[in-house]
Amino acid sequence: MIKKVLYSQKVAPYVFVLPFVLVFVIFWVYPLLSSFGMSFQKVTLGQEAQWIGADNYTKLMGDTIFFKAVRNSAAYMILTLAILIPFPMLFAVLLNNKAVWGREFFKSSFFFPALTSVVVAGTIFRLMFGEMEGSLINSVLGLFGIEPVKFLKGQVTGYIALVALASWRWMGVNMLYFMSGLKNIPDDYYEAASIDGASAFQRFTKITIPLLKPTTIYVLTISIYAGLAMFIESMMLWNGNNSPKNIGLTIVGYLYRQGIEKNNLGYAAAVGIVLLLITMIINLTQLAISGMFKKED
Amino acid sequence: MKQGTVQKITLFALFTVLCILILVPFYAVTIASFKPGEDLIRYGLNLRFDLSVMSLDNFVFLFSGDHAYFTWFFNSLLLTVVQVTLTLLVSATVAYGFSAYEFRGKNFLFICVLLIMMVPFEILLLPLYTLTFDLGLMNSYSAIILPGVASAATIFFFRQYLRGIPKEMIAAGRVDGAHEYAIYVRLILPVMKPSFAAMAILNGMNSWNNFLWPFMVLSNENKYTLPIGLKTLLTPYGNNYDLLIVGSFFSILPILALFLGFQKYFIDGMTAGAVKG
Repeated sequence: MIKKVLYSQKVAPYVFVLPFVLVFVIFWVYPLLSSFGMSFQKVTLGQEAQWIGADNYTKLMGDTIFFKAVRNSAAYMILTLAILIPFPMLFAVLLNNKAVWGREFFKSSFFFPALTSVVVAGTIFRLMFGEMEGSLINSVLGLFGIEPVKFLKGQVTGYIALVALASWRWMGVNMLYFMSGLKNIPDDYYEAASIDGASAFQRFTKITIPLLKPTTIYVLTISIYAGLAMFIESMMLWNGNNSPKNIGLTIVGYLYRQGIEKNNLGYAAAVGIVLLLITMIINLTQLAISGMFKKED
Repeated sequence: MKQGTVQKITLFALFTVLCILILVPFYAVTIASFKPGEDLIRYGLNLRFDLSVMSLDNFVFLFSGDHAYFTWFFNSLLLTVVQVTLTLLVSATVAYGFSAYEFRGKNFLFICVLLIMMVPFEILLLPLYTLTFDLGLMNSYSAIILPGVASAATIFFFRQYLRGIPKEMIAAGRVDGAHEYAIYVRLILPVMKPSFAAMAILNGMNSWNNFLWPFMVLSNENKYTLPIGLKTLLTPYGNNYDLLIVGSFFSILPILALFLGFQKYFIDGMTAGAVKG
């Protein structure tokens, strides 16, 4: 009897999706709700939680270090978007030309950095941007007569190292995204435009950019997410979650500091909820503006 | 000279420069792994190829076994294999449920899949941490594997792939008297093989390189995975550069070898979400 029900076409789909439902409820819904609840409490691991209303949020609004972290994350997101969307798009278009020598070789070489773990990549970049005059970046600057720079001690120079790391790791991957998007644009469009006398620049702006829109939206969405949630890159560059004057502190870094390092879980949960709101607002606005919801299926 | 040739040379030059910029860090870490750690401390990572200071000492030390490196290495390997196997099987099953049937709540559940891809996992760190603590799963690999076992991105990819499989196949299976699960196991799973390759590679790469969540869960040095082990070589009290640099170099090799062998699958897996099918 049970077997008959379980094997019926009505019940089978639920059996198939059951693992997702379980994982979703246990590891997403429950933690999300408890995070929301925790953000209204004073929580210390191993002690009874205390209900304190909106105190965590009020405190957060007056917390200058938190706003420093928000500014840092936002700056990182904007800088990575400004570099990791236009350049990979342009390079992808250029590399898409089958006449380019060594095309396959370039494509795979550009992918290499994505294979490294952020721990290894972060270590390499920390040492490359070291403050000694012999370290890679400073020795290159030395060729131009520039004095050694203490990259990781200043806000702007620290961010140069951080954004360089991000660009290095994701340039090739974003190029691949755009190249697979380009595959879906029929050659006829370009031929027709050429016959009508359109220049290469016009073809790029009038055909390529509009037709790459779905790919661009995808890359934009994941980059916003990754930009706002960045933490380990900064942790590796500064060898820990503490950078001079918090120049490398990000929102997740602050969440980690308050929650794990200071065992102040309720306050950290409030940081998490604010991060969730920021991410959702930015991404939903972006998707609404680009009209993603209208033409769904 | 024809205009086409000038264009070809310009593009080749552009990509060569870009390629050099991208490969320089790999070159630097490769030669650094042949130099003594004190060279790194004194000069930082550099491009100086100087045979007089270079030796195989770091490699000899790496393979001599007087450290936990290979314990971490095999932990990573084990965790990656188990995690990938479970994630692929579970995600494929769920994806099949979404693609083969019409059922009540299907759209709602699928929106949940998409939502997961938009919520930063990082905000769940603390509640997951307390949950893991309460369940007594601290310092266990289950705490690392379970939350990701029904991976939203993998489910999404498999569902897109399954859309291309004719519904007649399932109908034919039913006519032949096979029950629902037999159809999935005997007819559908074999057809999914090529998509498994791409997702195995992508999930494998992510699992091999995964850091933050395992770092929070694992506290026993013997259970560390490779990235965590490497991270612990850097401490506020001093850094073990000899082992760190050669260990970092060596940790890239397996995945690089895999990449050179299975490029197509890396790229398929990576770009799967970008194009709406």
